[in-house]
Amino acid sequence: MRRGLLERLNGAWAWLLLAFLVAPALVSIPVSLTPKRFLSMPEGELSLRHFAHLFSSREWMSSFWQSGVVAIVSAVLATAIGTLCAIGLWRIASRAGEAVRAFLLLPLVVPPIISAMALYRLFVPLGLIDTYAGLILAHTVLAAPLVLITVSASLAGFDQRLEQASRSLGASQWTTMRRVILPSIRPGMLAGAIFAFIASWDEIVVALFLSKFGIYTLPRRMWNGIRENTDPTVAAAAVVLIAITLVFFLAQALIARRNRTSRSSQEAS
Amino acid sequence: MNGIISGRNSSGWLLVMPFLLLVAVLFLGPILNVLWLSVTEPKPGLGNYAALATSSNLVVILWTTVRICVITTVLSVLLGYSIAYAMANAADGNRNWMLSFVLVSFWISVLVRTFSWLMLLGRNGLVNNTLIAAGIVSQPVEFMRNELGVLIGMVHYMIPYAVLPLLASMMSIDRRVLSASRSLGANGAQTFWRVYLPMTKPGVVAASLLVFILSLGFYVTPAVLGGGKVMMVAEYISVQILVTLRWGTAAMLATLMLLGVLALLFVMSRFMKLSAVFGGMRR
Repeated sequence: MRRGLLERLNGAWAWLLLAFLVAPALVSIPVSLTPKRFLSMPEGELSLRHFAHLFSSREWMSSFWQSGVVAIVSAVLATAIGTLCAIGLWRIASRAGEAVRAFLLLPLVVPPIISAMALYRLFVPLGLIDTYAGLILAHTVLAAPLVLITVSASLAGFDQRLEQASRSLGASQWTTMRRVILPSIRPGMLAGAIFAFIASWDEIVVALFLSKFGIYTLPRRMWNGIRENTDPTVAAAAVVLIAITLVFFLAQALIARRNRTSRSSQEAS
Repeated sequence: MNGIISGRNSSGWLLVMPFLLLVAVLFLGPILNVLWLSVTEPKPGLGNYAALATSSNLVVILWTTVRICVITTVLSVLLGYSIAYAMANAADGNRNWMLSFVLVSFWISVLVRTFSWLMLLGRNGLVNNTLIAAGIVSQPVEFMRNELGVLIGMVHYMIPYAVLPLLASMMSIDRRVLSASRSLGANGAQTFWRVYLPMTKPGVVAASLLVFILSLGFYVTPAVLGGGKVMMVAEYISVQILVTLRWGTAAMLATLMLLGVLALLFVMSRFMKLSAVFGGMRR
């Protein structure tokens, strides 16, 4: 079809907008290389001193570590219960099941500030404020709906008759789950696990309420640095975070592409 | 046969239980508790809600929040429509590249993005320095600590959330309908306004509601770029809890926010399958 002038103009405009979406984050790269002790654009010479400080700072390193622990444990727990739940709802396949599914997506749609105050109120008497257990529990509840969504999407393409065939050939329910269902929904689980990890790794509002001194996640330390607005180490941390985001993005894109090609080759055969 | 089906169902419910219990205990219960607090703290009654009629402060905050959310929604959906339209009409390879841009910006931490805006928009930020060096302005422009800064940060954050539902609805359009419109004598503009736009209406509604809902509860960017000068509900709630310890007021505002979000979700579910919308989002 012939492309009109307006359509081509809009194409160029859209690329400008896409640049507007991504480019601002890049400003942290020059700022992180400033040789000065305060937040500024470098003039002339560049320095890696703020990266050196970031990686030798005990506080920043412990925040990386704590965020990693919280995000990995939350992602594993969320993937486990989210996957079980997705399989359960897929088996039930009824109106009641769909109502339960909608209810379970609630943590995604409730504004984080409300979740934060509700969890804070619950955790204070339980002594879970400022503990790994408290933050991990909170992040698991917030991340599990993401797994439920991705695994449910995988299951939507799974032929129920395969399960029936496995059962009628004598496999137990557990064997069927492990050898037939789980392998075919692995892409959904993997995508869900990545989403859950990122959701916890990036989470700030709930962490602001549930942690004080003992648990100080990376977003929490970033938040402090942003509020103080002086130390260029924040810029170095931002650059590291962007790099990590890109690695995860590429990993996820590769997984998605592999699934597409394996699916299309399955369809072709 | 009945036995097999009911066995399948009960084992299914067993698998659902861990998640269901977790959400019930760690989420629903505490949130109901917050709703309850709004009518019991500091003393039983509707005092917290009555304060809406007497406290001009509260009214200003609510009004600011709604106004900023509406402007953010309109701008994000307009700009998002343009991006989604270009993507829907691009060749496959190009579209994948454009989608990568949208998703990367989606994935970059909200803190990193807010920090970047702080560096760009400050009095000595890159934008002001460039404008002054180019001789366009003589004094630094105040981009931050006002609604302009909050809007820039929020629109930037929300555009990807607008693009994804819009793109989904545009990709589902049967292009033969457009050819039919053209062959029946409509020109490009007429085809767009009278055929294309109405067919993407569900996407526009879904994108608008999604952006509005997310904006209502947005905390990080407004708090930083508003710099204490622009107070929105989410930030005010956190101040009530962590600083002034007025749980009643915080709970009342949280209740209003929650009811608003649920009402909008209900409207949204009339236009689009919710799980389809949230499939692309992560927070």
